[in-house]
Amino acid sequence: MSAHEHHAGALPPEPEKATLEGRNKILGFWLFLGAETVLFGTLFSAYLAFRNSVLDGPKPEELFQLPMTFIMTVVLLVSSLTSVFAVQAMHRHKTGQMLGWMAVTIALGAVFLGLEIYEFNEYAHEGHRFTTSAFSSAFYTLVGFHGGHVAFGILWIGLVILQILKKGLTVVTAPKVYVSAIYWHFIDVVWVFIFTVVYLMGKV
Amino acid sequence: MAAHAHAVKRYPGFWGWLWDWLTTVDHKKIGILYLVAGGLFFVFGGIEALLIRLQLMFPMNDLISEDFYNELITMHGTTMIFLAAMPVIFALMNAVVPLQIGARDVAFPFVNALGFWTFFFGGLLLNLAWLMGEVPDAGWTAYPPLATTAYSSHHGMDYYVLGLQIAGIGTLLGGINFMATIINLRAPGMTFMRMPMFTWASFITSALIVFAFPALTVGLVAMMFDRIFGANFFNVDAGGNIVLWEHIFWLFGHPEVYILILPAFGVISEVISTFSRKRLFGYSTMVFATILIAFLGFMVWAHHMFTTGLGPVANALFSIATMAIAVPTGIKVFNWLFTMWGGSIRFTAANLYAIGFIPTFVMGGVTGVMLASAPADFQYHDSYFVVGHFHYTIVGGLVTGLLAGIHYWWPKMFGRMLHEGLGKLSFWFYIIGFHLTFFVQHFLGLLGMPRRVATYLPNQGFDTMNLVSTIGAILMTVGIAVFFVNVVITSLKPRHAANDPWEDGRTLEWAIPSPAPEYNFKQIPLVRGLDAWWKEKMEGNKELPPAEPLGPIHMPSPSILPFIMGVGFFISGFGFMYNLVFAVIGLVIVLVCMALRSIFDDHGYHIEPEEPKKGEVAA
Repeated sequence: MSAHEHHAGALPPEPEKATLEGRNKILGFWLFLGAETVLFGTLFSAYLAFRNSVLDGPKPEELFQLPMTFIMTVVLLVSSLTSVFAVQAMHRHKTGQMLGWMAVTIALGAVFLGLEIYEFNEYAHEGHRFTTSAFSSAFYTLVGFHGGHVAFGILWIGLVILQILKKGLTVVTAPKVYVSAIYWHFIDVVWVFIFTVVYLMGKV
Repeated sequence: MAAHAHAVKRYPGFWGWLWDWLTTVDHKKIGILYLVAGGLFFVFGGIEALLIRLQLMFPMNDLISEDFYNELITMHGTTMIFLAAMPVIFALMNAVVPLQIGARDVAFPFVNALGFWTFFFGGLLLNLAWLMGEVPDAGWTAYPPLATTAYSSHHGMDYYVLGLQIAGIGTLLGGINFMATIINLRAPGMTFMRMPMFTWASFITSALIVFAFPALTVGLVAMMFDRIFGANFFNVDAGGNIVLWEHIFWLFGHPEVYILILPAFGVISEVISTFSRKRLFGYSTMVFATILIAFLGFMVWAHHMFTTGLGPVANALFSIATMAIAVPTGIKVFNWLFTMWGGSIRFTAANLYAIGFIPTFVMGGVTGVMLASAPADFQYHDSYFVVGHFHYTIVGGLVTGLLAGIHYWWPKMFGRMLHEGLGKLSFWFYIIGFHLTFFVQHFLGLLGMPRRVATYLPNQGFDTMNLVSTIGAILMTVGIAVFFVNVVITSLKPRHAANDPWEDGRTLEWAIPSPAPEYNFKQIPLVRGLDAWWKEKMEGNKELPPAEPLGPIHMPSPSILPFIMGVGFFISGFGFMYNLVFAVIGLVIVLVCMALRSIFDDHGYHIEPEEPKKGEVAA
């Protein structure tokens, strides 16, 4: 709590780790992601337990449209790449570039979310609703939790962009950029598992 | 407090006092908040326990109705585990861990306050079920289908699901916070293998919390979706599976019992070592045993499900894994005995509780190994044998350990010594009452008395032992009442505890004033070995060597946001049950508070170097 002596003018090379508060935030956030891993792991196991309990509702292989989910996967993976570019720009102290890449990240996130809403809407029309079967409940809970995380990430990174426009890149704002980027990678990784376990395995 | 009143702007009178407690981010005050809230819920849970025992005092007793009995057993278990034991553990962790590692606060003081207020409002929501007349009644394990709307159509189990969900968020935040604190904020020289055992236990417990509570989160979400939004996780007609709940619940629930007991192990290690005037025997094996217990704790959840029908292979594996936990636990027990061996033991109230813990917990452990044997478990399952077993571990183990810790650290938390005579009196009532209550329950179980029944027929051999058990419960209540009297009497006495009131303190917290000033350490200390303060005392030093020059001390600002976020969760919890609009409003309050916290940076404030000297208590 004593490392507050940095001046805004001289930004260190890794500004997110320059203060103890920053290092605490990054460590604490990794621990939080450990907890999130267990959360999604449990959701995945519930889904795997129920993926054949479709009753009268549509089966996964009838329901899922791989081209669509493939596009969603590409969009989200690219958004993870752009958030890496944002952090690299931050390490070079290029605030403008960093903000640009962050804006691209949330734009791609919004595209992903839009496609997911469209997808859910389609499923609902095909008779795959939240209350249809144990399969549908587990599907919407797992994929919906992920979608909720994406929505939260969009709001969060958006808020960080606004803050940096106002406060500039400092040792206080840099950890926010970094931590929100780790978060974004995490939901990207979760999606890779959803794409594999839910969609690809649903087709075989 | 008065000596530091100039540090933050404070308002006079009752409202100023209240505002101070609602906005505090000081780990020591949050520790006291946890202790008070946990104590309050402990009284609720205790009254529920007493009513259960009074109902079972005589065969065919009709003191209370069957429905009320079901509500009592459900709320007793849930309240005691989640709302009494967990917060008192967090009370000790908050009060002690930052001091033991030589830190000025936890890593995230704001999150610490948030953790407390979410826990508190979650507990409040759960207990408001009593006032609303719709009380959870499916047992603390909430097994479906009993807990689904098919068999529990009123809002009772909704209170359980939502109250625990909110309280669980608070616990998870606390776990993350203490892990980060212990990893990042140790004073110079405080290596991992120089950390006091209580800090080690807190660290491992926090890790268990971080990796176990999210499973409960998912289980509660699934149950909530089933009950409120018509999902089908546990609806067998729609392809659901009730065994999934058992797996998820115990995947959380078994690590939870180690979350509960490991801090007690830590307390016992500190208390026994201090009052034996000896360094803890086998420190490194203690650390190893703690880690091993935590690791194995994740591998044994299905021993709660032997009779579910997982098959002989699964039962055998979980049986062996469970028995293996006896090994590291045995290491700990022998280390405590060897610590006392040859020591100059002082039988203070704290040490009486600690010594009483050892045989009591061993008995709970032995019945645990008996239960771990799957074929035998088919006989014990759902009988009073199980009730006897887990009360030996949770009450005889955890609560005894917490009482030892409370007596031991009371002067450090409040600056006043608890009365020793009353402490010893409470111990004898408590320990005799405890064994009277629960020892006979093993035999009731072996004779065939099932748990969770509101009454029993006479002349089955149950009558005398149930009467003895109830008399024991009354003696325990007297013991706890004496403890509360002790607390009240002590709070009226002047605040003059010495820095090292037991004179044999070994760890860093005993080197600073009692209670600790709000910045804890005037200068962050340099740690030169295990039992750092003892080492300095043995070398004739009156103070810890400083690791930094005297300078302005940076402090985090108080904030009302954690309290408001707790209220937001509370409103949303009610909203999910009665009106979804309020659920959204509550969650929006939480999100807005998060945004405000992010937008307005907390620059904190500084305490100037000459100020600490004024506030310092002459040793």
